[in-house]
Amino acid sequence: MTEPAHATPDRAASAGHGEMVVSVRDAVKHFPITQGIVFQKTIGHVRAVDGVSFDLHRGETLGVVGESGCGKSTLSRVIMGLIPASSGSVNLLGDELVGMRERDLRKVRRNVQIIFQDPYASLDPRMTVGGIVGEPFRIHPDFAPRGDRRGKVQELLEVVGLNPEHINRYPHQFSGGQRQRIGIARALALRPQIIVCDEPVSALDVSVQAQVVNLLERLQEEFDLSYIFVAHDLSVVRHISDRIAVMYLGKIVEIGDETQIYEHPTHPYTQALLSAVPVPDPALRGRREQIVLTGDVPSPANPPSGCRFRTRCFKAQDICAEKEPALVSRDGSVQPSACHFAKELDVIHATR
Amino acid sequence: MSELATAATAGHTERSGSLWADAWRELYRNPVFVVASVVVLIVMSWAVFPTLWTSTGTDGGTCELVDSRLGPSSEHIFGTTFQGCDMYSHVINGARPSIIIAVLVTLATTLIGVALGVIAGFYGGWLDTVLSRITDVFLGLPFLLGALVFLALLGEQNIWTVSAVLVVLSWPPITRIMRGSVIQVKALDYVEAARALGASNMSIIFRHILPNSIAPVIVLATLYLGGFVSAEATLTFLGVGLQIPEISWGITVAQGQDYAIAGYPHLLIFPCAALIITVLAFIVMGDAMRDALDPRGR
Amino acid sequence: MGRYVLRRLLQFIPVLLGTMFLLHYLQTVSIQINGNPITALFGDRQPPPQTLAAITTAFGLDDPCLQQTGNPCLGMFLDRMSGYTQGDFGVDFNRQPITRLIADAAPVTVRLTIIAVLFESLVGILAGVVAGIRKNGFADNFIRLSTTLVISVPVFVLGVLVQIGSGLYVGVWLRDNGAPEWLSAAFSVTYQTDHPWASLLVPGVVLGAFSLGFIARLTRTSLIETLRADYVRTARAKGLSRRRVVGIHALRNSLIPVVTYIGIDLGALMGGALVTEGIFNIPGVGGLVFGSVAAGETPVIIAVVTMLTLVFLLASLLVDVLYAVLDPRIRYE
Ligand SMILES: Nc1ncnc2c1ncn2[C@@H]1O[C@H](COP(=O)(O)OP(=O)(O)OP(=O)(O)O)[C@@H](O)[C@H]1O
Ligand SMILES: [Mg+2]
Repeated sequence: MTEPAHATPDRAASAGHGEMVVSVRDAVKHFPITQGIVFQKTIGHVRAVDGVSFDLHRGETLGVVGESGCGKSTLSRVIMGLIPASSGSVNLLGDELVGMRERDLRKVRRNVQIIFQDPYASLDPRMTVGGIVGEPFRIHPDFAPRGDRRGKVQELLEVVGLNPEHINRYPHQFSGGQRQRIGIARALALRPQIIVCDEPVSALDVSVQAQVVNLLERLQEEFDLSYIFVAHDLSVVRHISDRIAVMYLGKIVEIGDETQIYEHPTHPYTQALLSAVPVPDPALRGRREQIVLTGDVPSPANPPSGCRFRTRCFKAQDICAEKEPALVSRDGSVQPSACHFAKELDVIHATR
Repeated sequence: MSELATAATAGHTERSGSLWADAWRELYRNPVFVVASVVVLIVMSWAVFPTLWTSTGTDGGTCELVDSRLGPSSEHIFGTTFQGCDMYSHVINGARPSIIIAVLVTLATTLIGVALGVIAGFYGGWLDTVLSRITDVFLGLPFLLGALVFLALLGEQNIWTVSAVLVVLSWPPITRIMRGSVIQVKALDYVEAARALGASNMSIIFRHILPNSIAPVIVLATLYLGGFVSAEATLTFLGVGLQIPEISWGITVAQGQDYAIAGYPHLLIFPCAALIITVLAFIVMGDAMRDALDPRGR
Repeated sequence: MGRYVLRRLLQFIPVLLGTMFLLHYLQTVSIQINGNPITALFGDRQPPPQTLAAITTAFGLDDPCLQQTGNPCLGMFLDRMSGYTQGDFGVDFNRQPITRLIADAAPVTVRLTIIAVLFESLVGILAGVVAGIRKNGFADNFIRLSTTLVISVPVFVLGVLVQIGSGLYVGVWLRDNGAPEWLSAAFSVTYQTDHPWASLLVPGVVLGAFSLGFIARLTRTSLIETLRADYVRTARAKGLSRRRVVGIHALRNSLIPVVTYIGIDLGALMGGALVTEGIFNIPGVGGLVFGSVAAGETPVIIAVVTMLTLVFLLASLLVDVLYAVLDPRIRYE
């Protein structure tokens, strides 16, 4: 089940992942909530991303997992400079994005591209596949002279496993999986070094999901790409990620490599998510201990004091309401974990 | 128009094309639409090439008062007006001001409405607030009353002032529709994808936002064409539109009104028929386009 | 909900002031460019300068800012607004308060409008329901065709044609055959004070015809959409009869947009009333405007149109608020 290459504790440091391509420090994005009858007044903020830090190395894949509304998409957009961060620092290949002018951002952005969740909303229905995949070349004419574009587009279609002869078709003539491949081809066109995948397979059939994930893995090797791979459940990212960050209400609560997160999870939220992941082992099926989270996700506009997870946590104590746990390694946890009582618990194999 | 044409040719090579191509295919197979378009083309040719249709010239030909109110005959197939002019020539030549005003005003309102709608919807913020309030103020004037007041106060009434007043009063609905449509499209992922690729705002607006949000406006503009033909005739009939040496259906009807009551119905029937058929053709075209572009209404 | 209504009310004030200002500014600019409208009124037979000056003062048109082209004359605007709040809308050229003229004319227009609204909504909704129930049937196609035709006929064309048809042919025939007086009054060429309702019947139908077309179409589309909705299918699956489903479940819900339309339509009705009253010689508010335009009495036009605009804006406000009450789906951003 575990691939040997993934088993090394910090693969990023050891196996050729030297150079840092993305470095995020205390990134914050607050959306103002306005109210008012004549004049709009800011009466609060949705803390969509609230102090997130991580690094991404060349050739590495960072999985980002969390429930709906925890700020994954916002974080992806902040990394790309598509949404300006409220504070903190986002360093992309040596350029600081926070505070950069829109005009300069446009130039920097070609190094980082995005693949969207909804293959039906992410392609302009009025454009042919040739127009969609060729759009990057139209925007950056220096990248491919006019005459070459058609050939380049067809090359890209071939790379993502589509028939290059379909260049004149419209998006609605393709299936969801094929559309997602078109989106991938568009993202690859400018030869970016980083690709943010915002739930690229969540909208696809399970059988197609695997094909798309495999394609992404192949492309990573071929083009030496670094991925930020967003998903809302842990099972999807396991296969492709080198490291995984678990998010809850705008914050990373635990971050570590595959073995650490799946075999030795220490944060109660990670454990709860894991206990919900279906397991392939038939002997364990139906006999596993499920950690059921009670209550709803609190509003990101008004998060609980101290530890944000405490309202739904089975380990919560008084201190959790008073003191916010830092994302650090503790006695009970090798990897950084934002829990006062971080302690390893093997949920995958735990039985009743 | 060229948008439609390119989409249509692209559609030919494939089994099923884009929204425009599908709509276009449906339209040219719809006999009602085809008939309406032919009528529109004929009326347009009255306006642009009246000499193709009548030998009397664009001033309505010589009028003999002795010929006043003659019924239809082989010499005057629609009879004569109360001033003794050829009614047929008046019907043909009356198309010109109506069509010029309708086309001019539709083009101008669409341009203004789309531009303001895009600015308000795309950029948002205080610009949107200000533009929306101004739109509200202009929407607060009832259309015909507003046009009447404007023209009555302007003092000068000709093709240009009538057009200007109609433009001033009719851009707000287009702006509103466009704004809503742009806000919807702006939030879609493909717009974000273009931004991620480094596209400028202008390029995003022209490549993605406009083509995807303009359909409702095109439908409305077609309906507007008919509406303006009707509005011009109404204002002229009320006496605040075009004035006498001009030839216009509104004037012909207004002049025929009193005599028609005295037993000369042909003074009304022909100009009214021309007017009704023209407006009807535009409205049928607009309806067909809406059905084709928005399949929900069917 | 309460918030929405409050917000709508507060937004109403700037729109109201803006529209009033627009009308005011228009008049100012027109006087600045075209000169004193009083002079124009007398044409060739100009009165002595003192008389002219006195009349000009009586109309409040003596402000020096009217000599400066482009000056918005804010002082005049404020005076005018405070006059409006005290119910002072100025006087006409015979020194009659305009409010009196309107008070005299309004009942006629209100009767005309009532007839038009009753006609358009009853016939329109009925036609829409018949068309909507049997979509694509004969009745549907017939109704769709005729509503398109009705929408395409400008009100004044319909007016003059109906006037001749009903007044000349039907009316004369009725009189010759000894029909009761009220019946021949209904089909007369002009308004008759002795028959305040009957002689407004035909003009009312003319006025309502245009909106009838829209109401029928709107009812049809709305009904078709509702009949497709899940809860209607559930009701049918429960075994309720078609008549009951259409009558109770579908119709009530599909009429919300129709009712809203009838409210919003007031602006179009005002324009239509102007034309209709002009054609049929009806002494209503529209006739008043029609007459002032012909006579070039701009202060009267402005005052009457301002008042009508006020009514229109208030009506739209009311409709919006009602809509919010009727339809809980409305979004309060
Ligand atoms: N433009 C915005 N204005 C205000 N609030 C926003 C905006 N965009 C996102 N939010 C809020 O920020 C929070 C995080 O949203 P985000 O889309 O990043 O979540 P997500 O983790 O991607 O969820 P999902 O799994 O549903 O895609 C949500 O509460 C959302 O309502
Ligand atoms: Mg998301």
